[in-house]
Order: sequence, then structure tokens, then C-alpha cells
Amino acid sequence: MGGEMIPAVEGFFDPSIPALLGSRCLGCATVFFPAEETWCRNPRCNSTEFEAIELSRRGRIWSYTDAQYQPPEPYVAADPYVPFALCAVELAAEGIVVLGQVAPGYGVDDLEVGMEVELVVDVLYRDDDGDKLVWKWQPVKESTDA
Amino acid sequence: MPDDKRVAILGVGMHPWGKWGRNFVEYGVAAARAALDDAGIPWTDVEYVAGADTIRNGYPGFIAGATFAQALGWTGARVSSCYAACASGAAAIANARAQILAGLCEVALVVGADTTPKGFFKPVGGERRDDPDWLRFHLLGATNPTYFALYARRRMAMYGATEQDFAQVKVKNALHGLANPNARYRKEVTIEEVLASPVVADPLRLLEICATSDGGAAVILCSMDYAKRHGAANPVTVNAVSTVTPTFPNAVIEMPNFATDSSSSVQPGERTFKASITQAAYEEAGIGPEDLSLAEVYDLSSALELDWYEDIGLCAEGDAEKLLREGATTIGGRIPVNPSGGLSSFGEAIPAQAIAQVCESVWQLRGEATGRQVEGAKVAVTANQGLFGHGSSVILAR
Repeated sequence: MGGEMIPAVEGFFDPSIPALLGSRCLGCATVFFPAEETWCRNPRCNSTEFEAIELSRRGRIWSYTDAQYQPPEPYVAADPYVPFALCAVELAAEGIVVLGQVAPGYGVDDLEVGMEVELVVDVLYRDDDGDKLVWKWQPVKESTDA
Repeated sequence: MPDDKRVAILGVGMHPWGKWGRNFVEYGVAAARAALDDAGIPWTDVEYVAGADTIRNGYPGFIAGATFAQALGWTGARVSSCYAACASGAAAIANARAQILAGLCEVALVVGADTTPKGFFKPVGGERRDDPDWLRFHLLGATNPTYFALYARRRMAMYGATEQDFAQVKVKNALHGLANPNARYRKEVTIEEVLASPVVADPLRLLEICATSDGGAAVILCSMDYAKRHGAANPVTVNAVSTVTPTFPNAVIEMPNFATDSSSSVQPGERTFKASITQAAYEEAGIGPEDLSLAEVYDLSSALELDWYEDIGLCAEGDAEKLLREGATTIGGRIPVNPSGGLSSFGEAIPAQAIAQVCESVWQLRGEATGRQVEGAKVAVTANQGLFGHGSSVILAR
């Protein structure tokens, strides 16, 4: 069993910070996650220039749910399957909503629309190359209420 | 509406929805033959075939138009096939309608059919790390019901929707579907039974999430002139077909994405994508929601039907529960929604589903919807939304 800790898919987040990785158009300042690096998708912007950015690590829950039944492949489920919660989180500065699993130990009863959460990194599954990581959202214990 | 802006529906047909386990071509051919019989014209008169693609059945599914044309017997008709996720059937209708309105043909067959696997829909096979549909399953385990449930929970938080409201939608649609010979589920359910079914994606339960089904649906479209020549003096007409895309930025999280567009530099438009779909159809037909007799909307979940009430303009934002509780959307009410029984009673046969919505509308407008008839129906709207920025709305009148 290898000891590597690597993102399950490259390019979406940096586990060492941790932060989601996006891009900002140098023409119209629109933010993209996942990062856009070719043509700006604002239909009234012709820019092809982008800068790499880290997205805000805290946001507020737009909505939430859970997965009581095991999702099909290509999800790699634990055996036996352990249900998990998911939430969609509004990042105010970026004007973007990002979906993610909720950190282990938290279920729908612990969540509310509007609750502040922060980005964490967790093991999604383990294979021959080591642990494969993904971003998750975790309720903030000491909320910085606006 | 002038004849050069309308096309007539001369015939409609369906293969009953179910879990039959046969090749999708059989369902499509059965539906096409039923539609031809209903139109009273021979297959050899059809000049154009528009197929709605299914993507889980290998090569023939990607070229549905030609696959059905061959199965019906090659006639030299012109052909097209299209994929637009859940809106595939309406996109095929749009193709055929455009051919007729352009004067390139007079009569067309539109057909879609599907054979579905059991359980959750999943992406097509292979490791595709640049495909958002693959990524959302791999990284997040986000199934379609995940998204339905996010919308449902949001309704509860924003508008005070309750689990009883969601269950009531299922109860209503089950009642509507009881007498529909093409529906897969024809059984009354109670609110208690719905609320006793297992949670799939909180707050949604098994009986509130539409199943995956086998089925086929077809329509015969023709010019108004062709309809008159074939004895249809007062046919149901298609007055609008909307297949609009979202506008940037789309600020609502939608399948299969795991993030929205950003509103950081461009403000979202006045209407959400879902609301814009039917709005475009209203503008094309020159009518509004106040003119409707009935609506067939895409109730992928019970809660999602409530979103549609607002998106198609039946009530103001946040008032859908009130409309439901008043009984306005039940047959006999002010504006019945899903008199067919909806996806709740059918399950989803993706490329056939938007065509099935049109078939039901035609039967309603002709007064032939036995056991589920909306009395005096004059105008119907269909609405649907699927993956990748696809959606559709068709307005029919008689």
C-alpha cells in the first residue's frame, strides 16, 4: 500500500492549503471553477487571458441533502457503504455555488441553509497508489457571523 | 395564429411505459405505427423522420432516426437524429417543425424510445476525467436525486414547503395516472404511504423520485394544408417550441455540474434558466400562463413539480404550495398539472419523455383522455429540463 496523498482528480484543489483552484478572467474579472484557461465564457467578453486563483475557503450553505443509497460507479464506495451528506455552498466573493460532500461525522441534522462551512480535505478512497483526496465542507465551529 | 407559423399534429402514439426489457427499437416502432394509425396515413407518405437519441443502447441509439426508419422499412425519407438529454424528444419535434415551416416537407414522423437500466442513472462507461457527468459521480457521489433534493430542501428553507406538500404531489399524480393506459404505475397512494417510504436523498423519499422506465412515443407533424387535405379540419396545432439554452451566468447549480457560473462580474438575468424555457414559448405563441387549460411538467421529483408551478408562471415565487393545497393543480381544479400522471406515474424514458408530454396534451385537447380528461381543454403547455443546459417547452392549442 503506497503512502501517497494525492487529489482524486488533478487541478481542482490544492490539498496543502487547502483551497479550491479557479481562474479569473483578465478581461471581465469573472471567476471560474473549475478553472477556465482558454476562452472566457462570458458571452460579451473576448478575453483569452486568465490568472490562477484560490477560492474562498469559507461560505454559506445554499442547500443540502444526503445519499442514503450507494451511488453507482464511477463513485468508489466504502464496503460496507456509509451514507454521507452533501451541500451546495455559496462563496460570496466569487458569486459561485460549489457542491461537495460534507465532512465525515456530520449528517443532515447538523446542517441548515445559511450555515457557515469551511473547506477541508479528506480521503475519498484508497487504491494501489495510495489515498485519493477530495474537498469536503465542514460546519464552522466558531462562525464569523456577518 | 397564422397557418404559416403553426404545424398540425395529425397523429400521436405511445408504447406503454414499464420495465419490459426489450430493445428500444421495438417501443419506438410500436409508437410510430400507433401514431400513423391515429393520423390515418401510410408510413410511405412520411417525408422526414426526426429521431430522439438514446445513449445507453450502443450504436443504434445514437442514430435513432435512421434506426427507426430502417425498422419501419426504408422509404428514402430524409432523416435526422438528435441528442438534447431530457429535451431530446422536443428537440426532435423542433427539427421536424422547422422542416415543415420552411416548406421543405409536408409530413414528418418524430419518434423517441428508451430501454433503461435499473437504479440510478449513471454516466456512460469509461474513465472520462474531462466529463462533468463522470466527475460528479466520481468525486462527489452526486446522483440525479442529489440535485432534486437540494432544490427540495431549498424550497423548505425559503418558502416553508413541508414533507407533506411533497407527498401530496405524489398522491395527486398517482390519482391522475390511475386511468392512463400508458402509465407504468397505476396505483393510488396515501400521504402516509409516501412518508413511510425510505429516504433516498433527504428530504426526498423513494416514492417521490421518478423511476427509470422503458417506453416509446411518436407524433406525426404536418403542414396545416396537409392536415386539411387529409380531413383534419380542426387539428391540434403546435404553436411554439422552445429549446433555449441558459444565459450567462447560470447561477443555479444544475446537473451534472458541481459549481455554478460566477455572478462576480455579470449579474444573473431576471429569470432562471427553468423559467426562461417556458417564457420563450409563451412569447413565440403570443400567450401567457393565464391562457392555459393544463400543463405537463417534468416532475423528476415530487418537490420539483412545485418549482415548475412558479417557473411556468402559474403562481408567484413561493406560492406553489398554496396552489397545490387549494387543489388548483388537481384535475377539476383551476389549472391541472400532469393530468397524465406525470413522471411520477410513468418513470423516465429519456428520449421519449418530452414527446410523451406532447401526446398527452393532444389527447387532452381532443377530449380523448378517458378517465383523466381536463374538461374543455383548449391550450396546453409542456415543460422539461435535463442535463447540460437542455430544456424544452411546447405550446399546443385547438
